[in-house]
Amino acid sequence: MAHADGGEAGDDILAMRGITKTFPGVNALQDVNLTVRRGEIHAICGENGAGKSTLMKVLSGVYPHGSYQGDISFDGEPCRFAGIGDSEARGIVIIHQELALCPQLSIAENIFLGNEQTSGRRRFFGKGLVDWNRTNHEAARLLERVGLPENPVTPIADLGVGKQQLVEIAKALSKRVRLLILDEPTAALNDEDSAHLLDLVRGLRDEGITAVIISHKLNEVLAIADRVSILRDGRMIGTLDPSAEDVTEDRIISGMVGRDLEHRFPPREPAVGEEVLRVEDWTVHSPTQHDRVVVAGAGLTLRRGEIVGLAGLMGAGRTELAMSLFGRSYGTGISGRLYKDGREIQARSVREAIRHGIAYATEDRKRYGLNLIEDIKRNVSAAGLPRLARRGFVDGNEEYRVAEGYRREMNIKAPDVARETGKLSGGNQQKVVLSKWIFTDPDVLILDEPTRGIDVGAKFEIYTIINRLADEGKAILLISSELPELIGMCDRVYTMAAGRITGEVARADATQERLMHLMTKDKEGERVP
Amino acid sequence: MSRTAPTNATGGGANAAGGPAGSGKGTGGRLRKGNGPAGADTLADTATGTAANGRSLTRLSVNVRQSGIYVAFALIVVLFTVLTGGDLLQPQNISNIIVQNSYILILAIGMILVIISGHIDLSVGSVVGVTGAVAAWLMVNHDVSWPLALLLTLVAGAAIGAWQGYWIAYFGIPSFIVTLAGMLLFRALTLTVLGNQGIGPFPEQIRTLSNGFTSGYLGNIGLGVLGGADLFSLLAGIAAVAGLATAQWRARAARIGYQQSVDPLPVFLLKIVAAAALIMAVTVQLARFKNLPWVLVLLAALVLGYTVLTGRAVFGRRIYAVGGNLQAAVLSGVKVKSVVFWIFVNMGVLSALAGVIFAGRLNQAGPTAGNSFELDAIAAAFIGGAAVQGGVGKVVGAITGGLIMGVINNGMSLIGAPSERVMLVKGIVLLAAVAFDVWTKRRAGSPVLR
Repeated sequence: MAHADGGEAGDDILAMRGITKTFPGVNALQDVNLTVRRGEIHAICGENGAGKSTLMKVLSGVYPHGSYQGDISFDGEPCRFAGIGDSEARGIVIIHQELALCPQLSIAENIFLGNEQTSGRRRFFGKGLVDWNRTNHEAARLLERVGLPENPVTPIADLGVGKQQLVEIAKALSKRVRLLILDEPTAALNDEDSAHLLDLVRGLRDEGITAVIISHKLNEVLAIADRVSILRDGRMIGTLDPSAEDVTEDRIISGMVGRDLEHRFPPREPAVGEEVLRVEDWTVHSPTQHDRVVVAGAGLTLRRGEIVGLAGLMGAGRTELAMSLFGRSYGTGISGRLYKDGREIQARSVREAIRHGIAYATEDRKRYGLNLIEDIKRNVSAAGLPRLARRGFVDGNEEYRVAEGYRREMNIKAPDVARETGKLSGGNQQKVVLSKWIFTDPDVLILDEPTRGIDVGAKFEIYTIINRLADEGKAILLISSELPELIGMCDRVYTMAAGRITGEVARADATQERLMHLMTKDKEGERVP
Repeated sequence: MSRTAPTNATGGGANAAGGPAGSGKGTGGRLRKGNGPAGADTLADTATGTAANGRSLTRLSVNVRQSGIYVAFALIVVLFTVLTGGDLLQPQNISNIIVQNSYILILAIGMILVIISGHIDLSVGSVVGVTGAVAAWLMVNHDVSWPLALLLTLVAGAAIGAWQGYWIAYFGIPSFIVTLAGMLLFRALTLTVLGNQGIGPFPEQIRTLSNGFTSGYLGNIGLGVLGGADLFSLLAGIAAVAGLATAQWRARAARIGYQQSVDPLPVFLLKIVAAAALIMAVTVQLARFKNLPWVLVLLAALVLGYTVLTGRAVFGRRIYAVGGNLQAAVLSGVKVKSVVFWIFVNMGVLSALAGVIFAGRLNQAGPTAGNSFELDAIAAAFIGGAAVQGGVGKVVGAITGGLIMGVINNGMSLIGAPSERVMLVKGIVLLAAVAFDVWTKRRAGSPVLR
């Protein structure tokens, strides 16, 4: 791969050198170099957790100068941003995947939020009053520029996501943007809106606005990007220049996944039994946009003693599928059939799902998995409390005994089970969440990113626990963004893209490239790996 | 902490803080070495080793957040005892403090549940007003027998709680708004029922419940220099102490049986003796005055019942789960809506009970009955250690918080302080209590906003 570091320095609008950013226990970025040329569209590709968003947060000042190592220079001048305001003052504007608009305010108010257009004329109030005529007039001008034929006084809530994305760009333009960063701009858009957005970004480039675009959609990347940088595990793998060399999706994919398989996985002899859970034609709509399909006609099968993987990139609908199966805890307009041990079941609430022997350990343990102000034992018993109760009263000693048993079995590192879960490390918190669900004695365990944010040693322990659960005859659905983990742990892997199951790969056939192809596959387009 | 859990010899640096390592033997293998691929187990958090190794361990658990309140209460009592030249602890005055604050304490019990679940109830004052009016309307205007009228009033309170609980839990309106509306609605209803005038007098039994004392069933007994005292009251106090000690002892024995950590025996005994001394001191003073107030008997029963409910019942545990992390509770199969609904039904019933007692105490149901009681009840809960974000709180804490306010009220009026100064002090105490809570949490390193 051609490294574009150095060289043509005069043409570079941005140079990030030697960026290293660490979080407790994790090296999010290691010695990353990135140069962006003036007036180009520069794509950044990488797996979930490769460090793309972290790099952009360093650039935009979300992580202030001093919280990372390395230098940033923009337009030849060194940058030491203390916050996002500083980077915006220099013309660097980031548009996040989750749009930051106030739904109840108008388009014009949103565009000028924090940058209100005031009238300098009235002496008495000085600049304290908003000049609405100017605000709306300027907003209309910006909307024309981004090709959005809407009245500036329309509330944001009345717009679709595609149009909201354009409002974000108009907002960026109002700040005299020179470097526009788009984080997964088309993830939530349909094809038409995506095409319009990409055209707009091209148009802005021709006006001289440089763009950095983070995307999982490789076909879009190839269609729009002048150059492509690839991040993997917090390191910059290299920068590809499609005009100088032949860049294909395969080439990008091999850069994204081609890490050494240094992780080791505990060995296991799979003893796969009969079918436990079957899902047919499962469709889920977004709870906020009722017409948006999040999971489309998905189907899968889990068997006793089997570990089945579910692979997919951000926004593919994996968590949404899992949570909708778990007592419809996500989504609206859910349709499809669910079979447990061959019989069709209804799991309309979490309680029903638990009763049917389904458990779901969340990907976000702090928000959805644990009561952080309570101790270990009360978290372990949270889902299976009735098991510890007689006539409505909990046997506290029995609860202690159970929790203490899990503490030892799972090797939860805490002096005793009366320790607050909020004070445990990520790996130990994850073990508490697993204990909680194992205590409900499920037949099916859905584990959503069980090793996210966990150090290598604790990961191995989690893998061992997962293997043991499978050996006990439980069916495991393992959702993970780490392909080696799926390949190392699973007997079969389903892939998802854009809400659909795009493939099913047996362990013997599973390679990272094969999975990544299926994960980046267009809706219907078949691709031969 | 003078004695912490004995720690493993293989632990890391944190072991240095460990106390006498008397029982920390024989578990050297607990730290699993070389288990992960890179032997990465030796993280900082393994350092806090453990010794749940077959021997029961004793440990002095000091929870600043929970116990600070009792220390504060003791200091305030001492302060006002000195300022009033001992009048604060006179037999009649102790009786007054209990009787005058009984309805606030009853409300505080309900309020602490509401606050633990992460909600608030601003309507309890008005509900006290309207239920007192209903009771008066039934007993005085319609001559309904007092037990039936009391029952109907409690049912009315439950209905009011169900009304508010429906809007909060099932319709999804914030409790602040629903109960703010309730504050107006039920005050309006009070005025409607009463026709803007007081109704009384109440039957004697209700007045006795609110204001009266147990009669001296067993006669008096001489206590030397303390003079005569009611024997029944003393025996009741001794029975309470004996019950408390037995229950605590059995709980401790059971915990040891399960190899849980418990207080060291001397500390345990000291706590029991302190509690016993407190109970007996209050009992003796009350016995010297006019026996036990009936509301004290009622309150003791409520405190006991609700302590068991919050500490041991599945329902009580759900309240903490809902307040601690709503989403996690939902995803653990807790019927969150139903839990919240019943918390408000319970609040309605306790408000009705407080309403009857307050009306009985004044011997009439008045249009302004219960005004601003909600503020006292909320303040009691927060002073008593409830967390602003929910998920934390104890019934005994709320009672202590209510008593702190009661002692301040009473003590300051004994020394002749004007009411504006009482208000000032109460406001400062409330702010200080919550500031302390926020401060200890921040010091513990967890973010204030979650």
